[in-house]
Parts: sequence; C-alpha cells; structure tokens
Amino acid sequence: MTVEAGEGLLPIVANDDVVRARQLVRTLAQDCRLSLVEQTKLVTAASELARNTLVHGGGGTLRGELIRNGLRRGVQVVFRDSGPGIADLELALTDGWSSGTGMGLGLSGSRRLVDEFAIESEPGRGTTVTITKWAR
Amino acid sequence: MADPDNSRQLIDLLSADAEDLSAEWVRIVSTTLRGRVSTAEIDQELRELYSALLAALRTGSLAAKDDAFAEVRALLTELSRTRARQGFTPSETAISVFALKQALEPALAKDPDGGSLRSYLQLSSLLDDLGLFTVETYARAREELISSQSEQLLELSTPVVKLWDGVICVPLVGTLDSARTMVVMEKMLQALIDTGSEQAIIDITGVPAVDTQVAQHLLKTVVAARLMGAECTISGIRPQIAQTIVALGIDFGDIATKASLADALRHALRRSGIEIGRRGDRVAK
Repeated sequence: MTVEAGEGLLPIVANDDVVRARQLVRTLAQDCRLSLVEQTKLVTAASELARNTLVHGGGGTLRGELIRNGLRRGVQVVFRDSGPGIADLELALTDGWSSGTGMGLGLSGSRRLVDEFAIESEPGRGTTVTITKWAR
Repeated sequence: MADPDNSRQLIDLLSADAEDLSAEWVRIVSTTLRGRVSTAEIDQELRELYSALLAALRTGSLAAKDDAFAEVRALLTELSRTRARQGFTPSETAISVFALKQALEPALAKDPDGGSLRSYLQLSSLLDDLGLFTVETYARAREELISSQSEQLLELSTPVVKLWDGVICVPLVGTLDSARTMVVMEKMLQALIDTGSEQAIIDITGVPAVDTQVAQHLLKTVVAARLMGAECTISGIRPQIAQTIVALGIDFGDIATKASLADALRHALRRSGIEIGRRGDRVAK
C-alpha cells in the first residue's frame, strides 16, 4: 500500500474543525473518484469520528491521504487524540451505547460506513481510529 | 535589557533623524501596499505610531507587553483591524511594523559604532514582538469577522415559508449544528403558532451529510412540533443520504420521510384533508 498524496494534518479543537474535517475528506473522496454514495458515507463517518475526537478525546488531529494498493485507489483518514482513551472497546462499539448524550451510533455506525476500520485505544493514552474507503 | 545607556542610544538614534526615518518608513510601507491605502492615511498612521513608540522608549522600557507600550499596542490594534477588514494579508499587515527596521538600516550605516548595532538589535527584537502582536490582532479581527458572518448566515439561512394554508416548510441548507438547530426549531415552532399550521415540512435537500448529530437534532425538532400538535415530514432524503442513514443505524421511527419536497407537500395536504388531482380525473370520478 502506498501513499499517493497527503492532505496534511488538520487539528480538531473546535466545532468548526468538524466542518473543516468534512470538507477535507470530501475533497479527498472526490479526488479519488468515489461514487456519490461512497463519498457521502465516508464524509459522514469522518464527521462522526472527528466529533468523537473533539468531544470524547478532548481534541486531536486528523490526517487524510489518498492511498493506492495495486490498482485500487482509496482514501485513508486517521483520527488521533491523546484523551482518556476507551476502556472497553467492545462496549464502545455496541450500537446504542453512549458515554455522552448522543445516539450511541457514531463509532459503531462509522465502522459500517467504511471498508476498513481500525481502532487502537489505551485508557489514559488516547485513541487512534483509522478508516479506509476504496474506490470501486 | 533595560540598560539605561543602550536605551539612551536607541532613543537618540530614533529621535535624531525622526523626520527622515518616519518618511522612509511610510515610503516602504506604501510601496508594499501598492496604493490600496492612500499614502496620506499610511503617513498619519505611522507617524502617530512613531511618536507613540518613541514616547514608550523614553520610559526606558523595551518590553512590548509593558504598560509603557499600551498606546503603541492600541494603535497597532486599530491598524490590524482596519487591514483585516480591508482584506489585506497578514504579511501585508505585519510589514507596517517590520518596515521600520528596513528604514533604520541607512541610519545605522552612517554610524558604524558598535553601540548603535546593539541598540538596533534591541529595537529589532522589540519590533519583532510588536509585529507578532499585530499578526495576532489581525487574526483575532478576522476570526471575529468570520464568526459575525456565520451568525448572519445563521439568520439568513433559516427562512420558514408557507406552502399552503396550514402547511409550512423549513428548507435547510448547509451544516446543521446545535446552534442552527436551535434557531430552526424556534423559528419553526413559532411559525406553526403564527400561521395556525398543523403540518410542517423540514427539507434537507441542501444538507450535504446527515450524521448522528444532525439526525438527533432533526428528531428533537420533530418531537417538539408533535408536542404542539403539529405533524412533521422530512423531505429531501436523497439516495446517498438514505443509504448512509441505514448504514449508520439511525431509526427515524414513525416520522414521515419523503424523497422530494413535492412528495412531502402532497403528503401534508392529504393529511390535512386536501386531495389534489388533475381536473379531468375529478370529472371521471
């Protein structure tokens, strides 16, 4: 898997940054020629995860990249925060479970919206979520 | 830093050729701004700044954050705000401060004495601080501008339109955050009362992505309308939005949703007992 183009690092520290995150991911998705449905799914997942980074992680960063694996092109977005981390990943990925006042579908829903979903978290050390969407 | 001797030299340097130095300063700044601000304006701004700076230096202080520099900072704030509003870049704003160094160069050449060099360096670091202050103020002014614009947009982008007797519509465009939802909800609920409507249509054709937060806001608005005895239909659910909502696992329950505003209007009219058909159809019945 190779990186074709990086879109740099976007800090996520305020509500406006969630909007910026969506715009950045949408631009990447368009550059990668994802279909409209795939674009919307990826942007929505990015919106959820960026908000998680902000609300639960206390702010962090987003890195978006165009990647290539053989002939397939895709978009990879990494959300990183150094917040409190997630103690029980399985519980956090359960539909309807929320530590806040949300619907509890953000994390579990985003996993269904993308092709690849990886989450690393350690209590007290923060959380890193990597999502990938491949062009069909 | 506040060595009285050096401070003295600095003031001497600045006051000896005050006229030449400020004139040169004005010249450099006007060249950079290329006539977008009149020279007279720059002249006035910079001369005021120059005398304020000199007055501050006479107190023996060299720290930009000191009380002595309060007037200098006030003038710089004014300058940055004006530049930000006129659409200048941060560099074009900061150059107003940094150009003084350039203006000082010839004066320094005249006097190759080490003392001047030292005081020049001190002044230089003071000007750097003031330059940074300018950029910060500039950025703050721009942010204020942007946030006031987004507030204006908030007001602009949420009209409530009456589609029919008893049917109102709220077309949503753009990002739906908590602040906007509040405005939308308030406006819609008020319009329901004002127009005596029992049907409300929330059209999300202009909302690019529906995530859980947007969905939650929509659901709350619908529930609030229901509490007032009104019925809500959400329209503008495009194929990509529908698929995303399903994948996310959001349940809209028994809330009526439609693909287009036309469908939603027909639904709302039917719910209020109005049947629409072609003229011919009615005769046939």
